[in-house]
Amino acid sequence: MIENRAQQWTFHLILALVSLAMVLPLALLLISSITDENTLVSDGYSYFPAKLSLGAYEYITSNSSTIFKAYGITVVATLIGTFLGLLVTALISYPLSVKGLPGKGPITFFIFFTMLFNGGLVPSYMMWTGLGVVNTIWAYIFPFLLTNAFNIILIRSYFASNIPEELYESAKIDGAGYFRIFFSLALPLGKPILVTIGLFSCLNYWNDWQNGLYFITDPSMLSIQAVLNKMNQNIQAVLSYTSMSSSATAQIPQVSIRMAIAFVAILPILILYPFLQKYFADGIMQGAVKG
Amino acid sequence: MPLYLMMLPCAAYLILNNYVPMAGIVAAFKSYKATEGIFGSPWVGFDNFNYLFKSNDINIIIRNTLLYNVAFIVINNVVGIALAIMITEIKHKALRKWYQSSVLLPFTMSMVVISYVVFAFLSQQNGMLNNGILKSHPVAWYSDPTWWPLILIIVNCWKYVGYGTLIYIAGLSVIDRSLYEAGAIDGAGKWKQIVHITLPSLVPSMITLFLLSIGRICYSDFGLFYLVPQNSGTLFNVTATIDTYVYGALMSAGGIGRSAATGLLQAVVGFVLVLVANALVRRLSSKDAMF
Repeated sequence: MIENRAQQWTFHLILALVSLAMVLPLALLLISSITDENTLVSDGYSYFPAKLSLGAYEYITSNSSTIFKAYGITVVATLIGTFLGLLVTALISYPLSVKGLPGKGPITFFIFFTMLFNGGLVPSYMMWTGLGVVNTIWAYIFPFLLTNAFNIILIRSYFASNIPEELYESAKIDGAGYFRIFFSLALPLGKPILVTIGLFSCLNYWNDWQNGLYFITDPSMLSIQAVLNKMNQNIQAVLSYTSMSSSATAQIPQVSIRMAIAFVAILPILILYPFLQKYFADGIMQGAVKG
Repeated sequence: MPLYLMMLPCAAYLILNNYVPMAGIVAAFKSYKATEGIFGSPWVGFDNFNYLFKSNDINIIIRNTLLYNVAFIVINNVVGIALAIMITEIKHKALRKWYQSSVLLPFTMSMVVISYVVFAFLSQQNGMLNNGILKSHPVAWYSDPTWWPLILIIVNCWKYVGYGTLIYIAGLSVIDRSLYEAGAIDGAGKWKQIVHITLPSLVPSMITLFLLSIGRICYSDFGLFYLVPQNSGTLFNVTATIDTYVYGALMSAGGIGRSAATGLLQAVVGFVLVLVANALVRRLSSKDAMF
């Protein structure tokens, strides 16, 4: 009994430290975003700043339409991408779960092979560029992210093992076509897996910065993650393209604003996290992968 | 027939996103001219590969990619198993939930945001380390390669360990509790139970995870190696991997052939390794094999 209690306390102690280590680095983001600019310059980033200020957030709200535009692009790309992705993935998964579909083997191989081999970055880059996605919203939606073989296989297995064959049979007898069956039977019954994969897809789209790096050259088309990436290289390039005078650029709270924008970018995830984490946990345990 | 129609949109996407670029691998054997496109550019045989192997870069990027992956696999699995065991043992339900959801939080953050967090700690002028505990001996973090292997391992573990932890928690949840009761009756203490009951029952999950990572061993997390070190040239020797090299060459003048050749090598070696890994899994436990 005593041994057990000591062990519980040890585990609590270690895990408490681990969860602090997981959360505290992100807290530094928040704290430095509300630290006074001069304090940051003289004392550096700190958990206990000498002076707080909302200057960075005031600057974002009053001066920078870039950030709002970028936020909007991210939201739109996330919504459209997740919706389209789920739709086409469910549409291909359902027929593959139907028993005795001719040609199922070759089609499954066609899907599966995409997990084994790829052409690499150069041909993909050339092709999407050639299709004209550069500097459009589609650059965030189509390349790489829409769907993948893992998701198709997960949804197909869910349909195959959770929707009884008899339901389909009776729907067919009632005269329902395959599209009717898909929309009124397969989709509602597949909700748990579709929600899980949809949330992973949202996360992927929200966090994606690579498509912005590859395909966006016009600063007015940057997503929020792409803005953050660009600011790594050159903060002025991002904030001053909105025709500001050089005297105004000098006023940018450069050190704190980086952290403020980064915090704004993770805010939706932080707010929704208590609700999302269960789905993410379930998704991972079922074998969903990010990216 | 409607069933095949349903599969069409997703199949079209896979052809476009995955299969067309596979045809584009011919770029690796061409001297790319922007005006001619991939297919119109002149053939140069293995010139791109010869060029690649003459430079010292290829040795560095292959070495880094492999060694980092080995370190990541070992450390993330050891830490993940330890965390999973401790979390599962915790009897307080609310705290167990809290620990579990906190280890997954960094997993939901984008690499750009993480590079900002790392910057807050390491920045030469404003970083918390140089302004705090290292005030008398500041380190030029972004130009001194000494600590980067350790930094990258820590950042990688911080971001991804939650994923493995959840996989192992899922593996632990299916262990038959009566084994522990039997162990306790035989006088096995907690530690003995972990060594003789818990760890052996995790072996299947370990094998699957391990062999999956073997298949990915020549791929690296582009964001981790490109963003977190701020793409600093002086850190090339310890932070360049195959993926950062492919991107760098793609963006540099005349580097497209070199980039395509590197990408092709990576894809071919990756393909072979996936087949080997899968054959091994099938031999060890056929139900865990991917195909």
